[in-house]
Amino acid sequence: MTEVLSPAGEAGQAGRAGETAAPVTMAGALNAALADSLSADERVLVFGEDVGALGGVFRVTDGLAAKFGEARVFDTPLAESGIIGTAIGMAMNGLVPVVEMQFDAFAYPAFEQVTSHLAKLHNRTRGRVGLPIVVRIPVGGGIGGVEHHCDSSEAYYTHTPGLRVVTPGTPADAYRLLRQSIDCPDPVVFLEPKRRYWSKETAALTPDGPAIDQAVVRRPGTDVTLITYGGTVQTCLEAAEAATAEGWDVEVVDLRSLSPFDDTTLAASVRRTGRAVVVHEAPGFTGYGAEVAARLTEQCFHFLEAPILRITGFDVPYPPPHLEHLHLPDVDRILDGIARLQWDDNA
Amino acid sequence: MLLEKEARKGAAVTTFAMATRMAAGDGLLPSATPLQLIDPDGRPGENAGELALPEPRILLELYRRMVLGRRFDQQATTLTKQGRLAVYPSSHGQDACQVGAVLALRDDDWLFPTYRDTVAIVTRGVDPVEALSLLRGDWHCGYDPYQHRIAPQCTPLGTSTLHAVGLAHAARLKHQDQAALVLLGDGATSEGDTHEALNFAAVWRAPAVFLVQNNGYAISVPLAKQTAAPTLAAKGIGYGIPSLLVDGNDAAAVYSAVRAGITRGSDGLGPTLIEAITYRIEAHTNADDAARYRDDAEVQTWLARDPIARLETYLTAEGLLDGNAATRLAAEAERFAEGVRKRMNIDVGLDPAEMFAHVYARPTAALEHQRAALLSELEDTGR
Repeated sequence: MTEVLSPAGEAGQAGRAGETAAPVTMAGALNAALADSLSADERVLVFGEDVGALGGVFRVTDGLAAKFGEARVFDTPLAESGIIGTAIGMAMNGLVPVVEMQFDAFAYPAFEQVTSHLAKLHNRTRGRVGLPIVVRIPVGGGIGGVEHHCDSSEAYYTHTPGLRVVTPGTPADAYRLLRQSIDCPDPVVFLEPKRRYWSKETAALTPDGPAIDQAVVRRPGTDVTLITYGGTVQTCLEAAEAATAEGWDVEVVDLRSLSPFDDTTLAASVRRTGRAVVVHEAPGFTGYGAEVAARLTEQCFHFLEAPILRITGFDVPYPPPHLEHLHLPDVDRILDGIARLQWDDNA
Repeated sequence: MLLEKEARKGAAVTTFAMATRMAAGDGLLPSATPLQLIDPDGRPGENAGELALPEPRILLELYRRMVLGRRFDQQATTLTKQGRLAVYPSSHGQDACQVGAVLALRDDDWLFPTYRDTVAIVTRGVDPVEALSLLRGDWHCGYDPYQHRIAPQCTPLGTSTLHAVGLAHAARLKHQDQAALVLLGDGATSEGDTHEALNFAAVWRAPAVFLVQNNGYAISVPLAKQTAAPTLAAKGIGYGIPSLLVDGNDAAAVYSAVRAGITRGSDGLGPTLIEAITYRIEAHTNADDAARYRDDAEVQTWLARDPIARLETYLTAEGLLDGNAATRLAAEAERFAEGVRKRMNIDVGLDPAEMFAHVYARPTAALEHQRAALLSELEDTGR
């Protein structure tokens, strides 16, 4: 059951290898990953709300139903618990469901299926029943969405043992991480930063590269580590460029995997730079950054020149569209955070 | 995967065989009163509907399994009082549902039981000690679900209905002739997941059978506070699902109804909802005090409708069972209970490291670290 998936299909990788890499959006990269996984393994199914003829509200599943047929890519009734719950039964019967929750907050009706069953069935059965299911969830703000369309829900999932939680920051990594997630024998909550769906990158799409549970250094630096993921990876890279004007050489680490946490890469970076700021959109209070700051303090205390700071969204329900720019961490707020890292004490 | 031919065949079934009937609601509503093949006095039932009486071989096996199941249930209750089980939700009184439903399954079909369905699990062939692992507190599920095609006992109500529908739909996609039977209680019909499961099953025409063991109470809450529907089976029409209302203390009726549901699913006609009217003789669990919410007179009434006595009377009258056979069976049940008792009284050594072993397919580095820390702590403290 957990002997999952054959190698990448001919159509996917071999077809692409000879081509010159063209600019691709994150939504396009995710679409390619789904298509290549569907080609590579006939056990893979894609289903959810509006993922068939419409191609998903963000068009991530565009064209897949036409190409692979309605038995493998299909619309479900409008019920999120039903989607996850039936995916569990399908996985018990040998299939590999990749399901879409339409928006972050619309995934909450499925919370019990995710936390009580998806996360626990492998453990409950002493490893006899594996659930190689991927739950794709568009998350976060920055698109002018109204209430319930902009939540950063990662901490709900990372606090649940048994789930892997990953989130890409770039189009190429979106392809890689999704292929890796579908190949993974564990259930994976795959968080897609919706404001980056249309960001472009010119890169070859390949599942090879950093493993599903590894963080990557997106920009090397010597003075301070910005630790981030998903939608704020790009923001942090922009902040790092802006910081050069202040004389700071900033390292940016993209976590990719929120659970499990890549202690090795992160501790190495923080020990090198001696300073760290965690950046995320979600509210700071008991947010994911709290865990990052705590565990890196435990591991790197004697290397730190300053407390690890968090630059996060406010502890408020996600604001209405005309106020969201004040809520989301931006370059200025990140630079302010870096400035507060007790640089004067070193003088 | 589902072939186009199959999809066309399925579409044709809907168009010609069902559409007109469904528009009128024909075949979807249950009978007004519970169907019976054998009445409470052990005589042939007068309200059999379309249910067919199982052949004598099946009737005898239903009887035998109920006697064994009842003895097992009593033994488990005793073990709980002795502290050998953390908790045991008895199915005494629901014996006909436990046994009738399981014997109706084919080998490849799946069973999705709840915490009250341990007798069903044992009847399906699971080692009793493995079946009691959850309730003894050794592990959450002690048996291999793939060995007998039984999902782990489900504690959050209604949630496993969706798993059953997903499994059944997958069978259809893979062209496997395989159905899923999910057991639930009257309380679980109020859960949102049950609604979603009935709806998904109907839309997908999944070979799923929903057996509601309506025992009158969700712990303490009576059915009148659970629903305003005329019967729970009547809910099927809202989903386009044919429903059956049966006497849940008539093992033959339960067997026949579940078998009919399995056959419908196997024929590509989709799910079936069955409500079986029964009664939980014991309290919810050993931790419950049923006297706080129901009268003893009510319990006495239902004791008089005992499903085992009913079938025994019928079999005896039909000349299928005699006193010698009944005595031999009683002895078999005693040997069975003794085996369970002896094995359950042996302390099992649990490996604390196993807590970390199955969280993921392979333990993460952090879990390896925590496992080592715990083992070191245990070594240091000599525990």
